[in-house]
Amino acid sequence: MSTEVQHAEPGIFQKYFLSTDHKMIAMQYLFTGMAMALIGGFFAYVFRMQLGFPNQHVPGYGLVTPGKYNALVTMHGSIMIFWVAMPVLIAAFGNFLIPLMVGCDDMAFPRINRLSYQIFLLSALVLLASFLVKGGPFGGAWTGYPPLSAVGAYNLTPIGATLWLLAVALEFIAFLLGGINFTVTTMNSRAPGMKMYDIPLVVWMIVLASVIFMCSVGPLIAGAVMLLFDQTMSTGFYDPTRGGDPLLWQHLFWFFGHPEVYVVLLPALGIVAEVVAVFARKKIFGYKTVLYTTWSVGFLSFVVWAHHQFVAGIDPRMANIFSITTLLISVPITEMVFLYIATLYGGSIHLDTPMLWGLAFIGEFMIGGVTGIFLGSSGTDIYLHDSYFVIAHFHYTFVPIAIIAVYAGLTFWYPKMFGRMLNETLGKIHFWGTVIPFNVIFIPLFITGTAGDQRRVYSYAQFAEQSRPALQHLRTTSTIALLFMLAFQFVFIFNFFWSLRRGKRADANPWRSSTLEWTVPSPPPHGNFAELPIVYRGPYEYGLPGCAEDFAPQNVPDAALAGRSRA
Amino acid sequence: MLERYLTAASTYAHWIDYQFLLIAVLVGFWLIVAEGAMFWLIFKFRAKNGRPTQYITGEEKHLVRWITIPHILVILCDIVIIVPAIMVWYNIKQVLPPPDETVRVIGQQWAWSFQQAGPDGVLDTADDIRTVGELHVKVNTTYHFELMSRDVVHSFSVPSFRLKQDALPGRTITGWFRPNRVGTYDIQCTQMCGIGHAMMAGRIIVETPQNHAAWLMRNANPAAAGLQLPPASAGNEAATVAEVQR
Repeated sequence: MSTEVQHAEPGIFQKYFLSTDHKMIAMQYLFTGMAMALIGGFFAYVFRMQLGFPNQHVPGYGLVTPGKYNALVTMHGSIMIFWVAMPVLIAAFGNFLIPLMVGCDDMAFPRINRLSYQIFLLSALVLLASFLVKGGPFGGAWTGYPPLSAVGAYNLTPIGATLWLLAVALEFIAFLLGGINFTVTTMNSRAPGMKMYDIPLVVWMIVLASVIFMCSVGPLIAGAVMLLFDQTMSTGFYDPTRGGDPLLWQHLFWFFGHPEVYVVLLPALGIVAEVVAVFARKKIFGYKTVLYTTWSVGFLSFVVWAHHQFVAGIDPRMANIFSITTLLISVPITEMVFLYIATLYGGSIHLDTPMLWGLAFIGEFMIGGVTGIFLGSSGTDIYLHDSYFVIAHFHYTFVPIAIIAVYAGLTFWYPKMFGRMLNETLGKIHFWGTVIPFNVIFIPLFITGTAGDQRRVYSYAQFAEQSRPALQHLRTTSTIALLFMLAFQFVFIFNFFWSLRRGKRADANPWRSSTLEWTVPSPPPHGNFAELPIVYRGPYEYGLPGCAEDFAPQNVPDAALAGRSRA
Repeated sequence: MLERYLTAASTYAHWIDYQFLLIAVLVGFWLIVAEGAMFWLIFKFRAKNGRPTQYITGEEKHLVRWITIPHILVILCDIVIIVPAIMVWYNIKQVLPPPDETVRVIGQQWAWSFQQAGPDGVLDTADDIRTVGELHVKVNTTYHFELMSRDVVHSFSVPSFRLKQDALPGRTITGWFRPNRVGTYDIQCTQMCGIGHAMMAGRIIVETPQNHAAWLMRNANPAAAGLQLPPASAGNEAATVAEVQR
């Protein structure tokens, strides 16, 4: 498919909906993910307004009733993880970058790739359709614990619950197909000369994320089918009165759910590695060690799941094992963060917008990491479990992952994707307008969580301890900060579409980067490389002695390096 | 540290609070060191004309120790955290001190109901006191609770006691607490349980022995207890109590 020359210009429908070109599929994933992010962000606005200014008419939505509140938080969580973080981080960046960075013309299975997007789009439509059915969308939390999720009489959204489950299952199928493609392409279609340790980290990370996803999702798909049967055929897999067990779902869900955290984290770490290397003009400090720590994290991520269930009614002795493995996983992750920081040493740091995002990722993610220790320690988790401390903690990991790292990647590869430069000034306004409010949103929530605020309640009116005015002030602060953060996203949207037409034209390698995607024109033509490249070295050779420029592209032979002039 | 934000009203609340403080100090130190190092490096190695970037692979011995030493220290800190964390967990969740009293806690959409022994001091007798939304307990008394759910997963949470345990349909989970401060404290449900989740509030009223005895006498006669549960549920409970965990 990929090598055949297309003579006729494809029609619009052909080009935008039936394309098998990896770059077009990446754009489809990107724009679908960004559209879903707008929906998920809008939900956050609505329920934060309810929490900040209880029981008032929310502009653009109306009154938030308990049922609607539950549906909003459930959909916010599901959408942001499954329909924003995964399609953008893995599918959009994976599809766009892998063939370009490993030096081939397309994915190994272009048609499977197209099928993957089509199923993904279907899953998004199924999820959105649940807003139109009787009873409205599912409101039983994104974790969907049965019996609440299994019995319509308990959740009062029988159709919404089934559609939610179907949508999630379809989404998994889409990413299984995508994951196979990423792995096979990276293993088999690399340019001649590109050894395993010459693969750029972001590609490694997306492939490892796909492998982790493929290994962990099987049990949950089985679990989802059982839940579907419970919902629609009155089976009793999770019904204790008929010999089932609600804890079974929790194990199957979290056996997937925790590796899933690393499935979205790894691509984000990969993007940040590329950005930091380019803008610090430095080789990644200990490239191989970064990879080893990634493998350890990937392995350990399979044996920590029950830390979500310490107080769920599992055998309490089990908590000790999972507490130890959870703290153990902090070791490779800390090491990786240290390596990223060490990469800055001796560099020549340019604080362009992508680098600001990259550094913000490291700085904010560390806060998310250390607060995880409070929750991984079984003793303190008794108190903090299902409190706002958990919310603040995982938003300090997920916002750096799904927002900050995505912006790092988008601002970095935008010239390659669209052939134009983004506006730097707008980029910096957007950066500070996002990162400062982000901290003002979630630092107060650490405090309310420490003071006992529980998750997923639309009002604290029933709880004397939580109704203290000081806590309400913190909630209101958080909501106002969210309004600022959301408002500044329009700066990015404006910058994105304005620069598509008016931005400065980008040459092939505007950031003077050494990886292969910067050796082709911006945007890359169909088939990517006029002549397939040959790779001579690793991806991060910056400041290489004996080289005329401060970077040595992967595809330039050693002999030609010294002669390259500083253009 | 936690007590600044919320009263501690049970014996083990302080264990959790100390553990929280220990973690806060250790990870706070690391956070400051790591953030400090990062900002210092950004400042120190800002791009300047005429200063070339250094070629460092990250395999040089004299540089690797800057990673290896913190790495070992992080492992040590993990151990310093995990050992007391498990001890706290063990003492709260894994061992049950002998009880002075036992109460039954039942979660259902969307209320907490309680069953405790009447003046005869024996559970499951005619003078049992059943209440909804309010649990009256005696200060400085070790209570076992038998936690169960009638429908979906709930979570019995008393923030001031630092107590949290999910209630599962089909199981009875036994835990304990020992209130050590007189007062009224919130009970939350902390597991999403449907549209009434935020209304599933309750109160624990910790009383002096005299007040508690008076309350017992006032409510001992089942007919006098206005907040009685329908008796139909008794059969169900007996069935589930049979498979007590542990």
